Amino acid sequence: MSADTDSAPAPRAPSLPDGPAAEPDAGPAVESARGAAGSGSAATDDTSADTGQVDTRPANARRSGTEQADPEYAEYAEYADDGYADSIRSVTGWGRTAPTTARLIRPLSYEEAAEAVVACGAQGARGGIARGLGRAYGDAAQSAGGAVIDMTGLDRIHAVDADAGVVLCDAGVSLHRLMEVLLPLGWFVPVTPGTRYVTVGGAIGADIHGKNHHGSGSFSRHVRSLELLTADGVIRTVERGTPLFDATAGGMGLTGVILTASLRLQPVETSLMLVDTERATDLDDLMARLTAGDHRYRYSVAWIDLLARGAAMGRSVLTRGDHAPLDALPRRARRRPLAFRTVRLPAPPPFVPEGLLGRTTVGLFNEVWYRKAPVARTGELQKIPAFFHPLDGVPHWNRVYGRSGFVQYQFAVGHGNEEALRDIVELISRRRCPSFLAVLKRFGEGDPGWLSFPVPGWTLALDIPARLPGLGAFLDELDGRVAEAGGRVYLAKDSRLRPELLEAMYPRLADFRALRAELDPRSVFTSDLSRRLAL
Amino acid sequence: MKDAFGTPQSLLVLGGTSEIGLATARRLITRRTRTVWLAGRPSPALETAAEGLRRIGADVRTVAFDALDPGSHEETLGKVFAEGDIDMVLLAFGVLGDQTADEAEPLAAVRVAQTNYTGAVSAGLICGTALQTQGHGSLVVLSSVAGERARRANFIYGSSKAGLDAFTQGLGDALHGTGVHVMVVRPGFVRSKMTAGREETPLATTPEAVALAIETGLRRRSETVWVPGALRLVMAGLRHVPRPLFRRLPV
Repeated sequence: MSADTDSAPAPRAPSLPDGPAAEPDAGPAVESARGAAGSGSAATDDTSADTGQVDTRPANARRSGTEQADPEYAEYAEYADDGYADSIRSVTGWGRTAPTTARLIRPLSYEEAAEAVVACGAQGARGGIARGLGRAYGDAAQSAGGAVIDMTGLDRIHAVDADAGVVLCDAGVSLHRLMEVLLPLGWFVPVTPGTRYVTVGGAIGADIHGKNHHGSGSFSRHVRSLELLTADGVIRTVERGTPLFDATAGGMGLTGVILTASLRLQPVETSLMLVDTERATDLDDLMARLTAGDHRYRYSVAWIDLLARGAAMGRSVLTRGDHAPLDALPRRARRRPLAFRTVRLPAPPPFVPEGLLGRTTVGLFNEVWYRKAPVARTGELQKIPAFFHPLDGVPHWNRVYGRSGFVQYQFAVGHGNEEALRDIVELISRRRCPSFLAVLKRFGEGDPGWLSFPVPGWTLALDIPARLPGLGAFLDELDGRVAEAGGRVYLAKDSRLRPELLEAMYPRLADFRALRAELDPRSVFTSDLSRRLAL
Repeated sequence: MKDAFGTPQSLLVLGGTSEIGLATARRLITRRTRTVWLAGRPSPALETAAEGLRRIGADVRTVAFDALDPGSHEETLGKVFAEGDIDMVLLAFGVLGDQTADEAEPLAAVRVAQTNYTGAVSAGLICGTALQTQGHGSLVVLSSVAGERARRANFIYGSSKAGLDAFTQGLGDALHGTGVHVMVVRPGFVRSKMTAGREETPLATTPEAVALAIETGLRRRSETVWVPGALRLVMAGLRHVPRPLFRRLPV
């Protein structure tokens, strides 16, 4: 494995600064980035840019070993909280289907993380998997009868190179935290999904994509290097372009526990978005608009009404935009162009009656949502949460689907397979699946991650209540159509794929399995996903 | 592992020739189930049942299991769980007995009780523990509407199912929060070889209907399932009928 630049036999802390006043050694990645000339022009805030060092660790007692010290933790982390004693917890994904029980370990140092990995591989143990903020919809971050290593306790931002736009941080840092720290410095995360409450480690493990995939690719494209704690308890520095990197990006945590990562950032002048909105009357209209106009926008996404039938099938609302330049802001806003404030509403109660989101309610919502959107509006200023993460305003929104939870179905088909996409939209619309969060996007070039999801083409994502009778068979039918068209479903969202189809969907699966067999022959890293699909 | 709809990938049927057990296995195989263990007394019928499931695409293995020999359960079932995770255990063994003959022959009656209740206590506890170690899985137990209230016509069978039902409920509570889902299934009169030649009671059902109800119960993570569902209401009423009256009812 050419990726192994480190083969120290025992667990150790990576060579990273450890305290607020730590000296400039911010790891080789950041050092070299600082040396690169000519790329610092985007840094707008000189006063903080010149130090290049930011330690953002909140001053609470997290290192004391008491886990309850962090109120954010309780709010963001998502477990099926059944009050079951000590650290044995019932764990589900964000869709709240298929709960399984595991021992929850929350390391607060790299040494503790290494100990946790060793424990996962102990005689008679059933393995374990790292977990971030639990936003994977399915069973990727749960490990029945084994261990779940909650990485949110390792959440330090070690260094920011505000000239070059590079950050070196722990894998447990959330994108939310990165935005809080980086925006005032004039930098934005390179890729964000529909929620800010994902960790950097999770973003790499699922090789997430955002509304800018057509131009910026997926998250791993912006990762310069990472440190990976592998099954043997060794910390390896993994550089881009190596097999271990490509297995880890999108590898669903099965190659090891990501400890730190060095990311390239996106320069911004303001924290506002300049957004154009338009309506598309049907699916063909939508696809034509996306194809014709996407290259003009950094971010692009379409909300699609999958309950609309007949001529209106596929009617949708297109929102596209880019970061607003300073001169687009009204005079008052120009005084604090990089302010980042978020609002969080109260969460729904833990128990919501089943069937709240049926065809009638969702149909009504969709109708209102479509009508309320302007036929065309350009140059609207929106805040980052409103444009990227509208649902983050409601903590635990997944509860509205009730006890049986929901599944998110996301698939991609390549260019030239538009017919398959059209068929599937028609099948969904005819089946009357109550889905009020269906999103269509165009993907750009894919990245080299072996199990990375995006392929150049189209992707559709929709939420469906799991209680819907016959849903399993229906989604199996869609899988068949997707596989036939050479497409794939997204593992970070999957909770139900037939294992037989996986190989057709991910052609590099055999390489992934071979590398895993060599690197982790005893399957120390095991998740419910890896058991279900024999990854 | 179970999928988002509770459908298991691997299934262990205790009582491998049970018609309800096989109907359930067939139904689940058309969805996700790939590995099936049929546990029962070695017999041509068990092999035929296995062959039938193989034909529809499952990897089927049989294992010798005798409900009347609880002493062997730990070893037998331990071997099955050692081979790999079991996502669902269906406890489907049981005998109906012959009420009139059994009343005259107490040892025959004891045999009914030992099969339906004692055997299930040992197998249920062993499987419950194994599932708990796995951190996931469903234990589905076939009880009966006959266990809800003893009837003159089949109180020996009914009392054994009443014991099984109470045991399963308690086990379900004991395993709550451990990731193991325990589900009691209470069918009414099921048209099968077990009941062939007997007079049907109202709301009779079929093994296929029970299988469907089990699949739905898995999806909803139900704790109790009645088949047909209307029995839940009927029994809620019958439970409170005074005995002098109940005795005379033609049920």
